[in-house]
Amino acid sequence: MPCTVSMTVNGKTVSREVEERTLLVTFLRDQLGLTGTHVGCDTSQCGACVVHIDGRSVKSCTMLAAQADGAAVTTIEGLAAADGTLHPMQAAFREHHGLQCGFCTPGMVMSAVDLVTANPSPSEHEVREGLEGNICRCTGYHNIVKAVMAGAEAMQGGTMKAAAE
Amino acid sequence: MYAFTYHRPKSVADAVALLGQFEDPKLLGGGQTLLPTLKQRLARPSDLIDLGQIPELQGIREEAGGLTVGAFTRHAQVAHSETVQRVIPALASLAEGIGDRQVRNMGTLGGSICNADPSADYPAAVVALKATVRTDRREISCDDFFTGMFETALEPGEIVTAVHFQKPDKAAYAKFRNPASRYAIVGVFVAVFGSEVRVAVTGAGPSVFRADDMEAALAQDFRADALNGASVPAAGLNADIHASADYRAHLVRVMARRAVEACG
Repeated sequence: MPCTVSMTVNGKTVSREVEERTLLVTFLRDQLGLTGTHVGCDTSQCGACVVHIDGRSVKSCTMLAAQADGAAVTTIEGLAAADGTLHPMQAAFREHHGLQCGFCTPGMVMSAVDLVTANPSPSEHEVREGLEGNICRCTGYHNIVKAVMAGAEAMQGGTMKAAAE
Repeated sequence: MYAFTYHRPKSVADAVALLGQFEDPKLLGGGQTLLPTLKQRLARPSDLIDLGQIPELQGIREEAGGLTVGAFTRHAQVAHSETVQRVIPALASLAEGIGDRQVRNMGTLGGSICNADPSADYPAAVVALKATVRTDRREISCDDFFTGMFETALEPGEIVTAVHFQKPDKAAYAKFRNPASRYAIVGVFVAVFGSEVRVAVTGAGPSVFRADDMEAALAQDFRADALNGASVPAAGLNADIHASADYRAHLVRVMARRAVEACG
């Protein structure tokens, strides 16, 4: 039986009719066309589907669209400024080459922003722990961690350190 | 997922009424176990009753010399609550060690204990902290609540509303986790109440249990070395690709030692 869900997605109010079993990630990708949120493992392990619900990072493959009714959702598309200026965390991933194929990147960035919002100056260990729910299968975590540390500093208003390499 | 009808009641009374109306309803907490189960088509409930919008199920408060935590309180809320960190810091640190950040942002205390996964962390805290499980109709002692693998004393249609944890003099939880799933291969929660010591073990057996020998040894002498002569028999413990029963029995003592040392 279809039901109507309404929520704010990246600042815009949306309202759609969905099947009740529709996952949030399916809703975002197929109904709203926001394909920056990826479906990786589809078993809540990999974190490619991480979005923010009322500021908290969650795995959108393990949440129903109906559960997000009334919530404010932010996806990777909602991070950059309207003029296209990247969010400091996105810029840090680019500067520090925190990606290779890029598939895990939207989830990594969304998790990193949540992590840094809760803990503005994380240690390297805290970053690695904070990214436990995100899996990268190609570049490894070294540059991702560097990017998150640099992004954290930039989010505090510091200037971005250029990559050493 | 098979199709179901979704409900979002605003009160416990409405949720109980809904539970009585349908053929095979299921309660939805944070959904971190239930939704993956449904996605694999391992269950086919007729109706899902989402408990996420019921104010009576939320919140953390100090009460009767302990803490009352609403059933729909998420793991991250327990982990970051200043009240929990002050009254029972071991409970906050247990919550911070569940799953990953995103799972902690969704998963709930009530969902965890009602699912009664043999490897879940919370059951160890419930049993060690002499908790009382409150439902829509009664109070259940922690010693009676967990009855077996994925089994609890709950009746059909009964809803857990809150858990009251007693404040120990000191307590700590030590966990040997599966690095992929982050579930406890073995987790041991040690809590001291005056001359009484409680040692609750999760992950090792079909359901959380108390290690009587270790409790007795620690009541005599609360030091990690007091556990040298105490052990948990391997017979009946879980064995899987991650750890044999013998290894789990060994880990119980190692984790118990770590928990005692962490109690300070």
